[in-house]
Amino acid sequence: MPTEPAPMKYAGTRAGLEGALGAEGGPGPEPQKIKKPGYDEVSGLDALELTPKHDKGNIGLRIWKSAWPKLLAILIVVLAWEAAYLSGWKPSYVFPSPVDTFKVLGDLVTTADFWDGVRLTMTRAITGFALAVAIGTVIGAAVSRFAPLRAAIGSLITGLQTMPSIMWFPLAILLFQLGEKAIMFVVIIGAAPSVANGLISGIDYVPRTWLRVGQVMGMSGFARYRHLILPASLPSFVSGLKQGWAFSWRSLMAGELLVIVPGTISVGVRMQNARDLSDTPLVISYILVVLVIGIVIDQLFNLADSALRKRWGLTGG
Amino acid sequence: MSILETTGVRTESVVRIENVSKTYGSGSNALLALDRVSLDVQQGEFVCLLGASGCGKSTLLSLVAGLDQISSGSLDTGDRKVALMFQEAALFPWLSVSGNVELPLRLQGLGKAERRKRAGELLEVVRLSGFADKRPHELSGGMRQRVALARALAQNADILLMDEPFGALDAMTRDILHDELERIWREQNLTVLFVTHNVREAVRLGDRVILLSSRPGRVIEDFAIKHPRPRRIDSPEVSGQAAEITDRLRAEVARHAN
Repeated sequence: MPTEPAPMKYAGTRAGLEGALGAEGGPGPEPQKIKKPGYDEVSGLDALELTPKHDKGNIGLRIWKSAWPKLLAILIVVLAWEAAYLSGWKPSYVFPSPVDTFKVLGDLVTTADFWDGVRLTMTRAITGFALAVAIGTVIGAAVSRFAPLRAAIGSLITGLQTMPSIMWFPLAILLFQLGEKAIMFVVIIGAAPSVANGLISGIDYVPRTWLRVGQVMGMSGFARYRHLILPASLPSFVSGLKQGWAFSWRSLMAGELLVIVPGTISVGVRMQNARDLSDTPLVISYILVVLVIGIVIDQLFNLADSALRKRWGLTGG
Repeated sequence: MSILETTGVRTESVVRIENVSKTYGSGSNALLALDRVSLDVQQGEFVCLLGASGCGKSTLLSLVAGLDQISSGSLDTGDRKVALMFQEAALFPWLSVSGNVELPLRLQGLGKAERRKRAGELLEVVRLSGFADKRPHELSGGMRQRVALARALAQNADILLMDEPFGALDAMTRDILHDELERIWREQNLTVLFVTHNVREAVRLGDRVILLSSRPGRVIEDFAIKHPRPRRIDSPEVSGQAAEITDRLRAEVARHAN
């Protein structure tokens, strides 16, 4: 504990104060610290200047606080759906009630067959995204490194991002026939520009003082990228990844509906089959499945993003 | 003043600036930032560069740091290593406090254990031993500047260049950091070139205060500050000399009125 009376609770800095006051042998050369003049002033000022950490409350309460708006949103949607069903707007075999749909969904997620489909779709999604990240990163690094490339390709990349990915399928099918390659082509061309853009803007906006610090330290060539440019562009790169994932997921879903690879049973193919059989509850169930997968993965990216921001002190909290 | 044979060549001059001019741009847009500036800094000396806006004091530091090229004249630091500190600590947020201090050591090729040990020693010097594993944003502004100082010391530089390093800090923190910097400068036998626009700060810290004119930057006067150390920024001697220098500085600023 601090030997001085601490006016407030310094949860995060207590260890620091102990070290500064000489209660512990730190990494310093001698365990026994001699009190030098001015020492108390310095550590006293440090203690005063640090903002005390706020108690965030118990974890259950925090989860509830972030969860209830979402639960309320779901409730509103289900109620509206039920109301539309009860109004007799469409016959019940075309527009099922929420309860009937959830029953179908419940049956669906307990079949091994369904999980095989999800596995196939996720394998494609992850493979496509990984390739898009690799290609986007290489292009982004090359573009930001060489000025002529930058002028030529920079605007092209931004242009590509405006292209609805579904427009690539006719060309992809002509080039690669109805197969995995056609789907991968569109997934990559949809996601790679976002990844590249994230990296490029990250590299562009490395603060000037950091660059000067690196220069004074004598960083050059590879070391400069390794220790300065790449870590500094990380937040922007992560946003690029997140956006790239959103694009690749949309492209993949479009691809699975359009490009039916014979013998595969992906989520998209199953949804198309359900439509062919006029099985609305099943179609809605697949919509919900795709929605949930999308939200879960988006949340993972958000988690990574906020962890990074917290680590860097960009949150202000 | 001791004469150290650091390079064995001729003198104890650590930084030798002769007739250095610096022009930005060219043609009719050319801006003369520094005009034939000459300055010799001796080993172990604490020299403050003082001037109003546009006097090119930061430019001069950039030139000494090798971040920029001189337009004419000669500038010689004799292969000595320089470290530079800015008004912002400019610590890297992806590294811990210790990681930031270790980075220059890492670039020098030191092993992990050795780096950690040396960084610990340097954090001890700036009195931040207990904060090695914190993130920069968890520290106060004054503490961050001390980490930046430790990082500069880790560069093993002979010459420490400081560009208004305490400009963004409150008076109390700045006061204490003056004492700290003075102590470290003596303990580590550093040569310091310190840029500021705060006259009292310059007199508080410097062995010499070099007053620069503005647009273009020229050396107006070289004041030797002889008051015994440790000094206080509010002592009558410091205040008296600061008043004298302030008068010169005001006259220089008034010259630019239309």
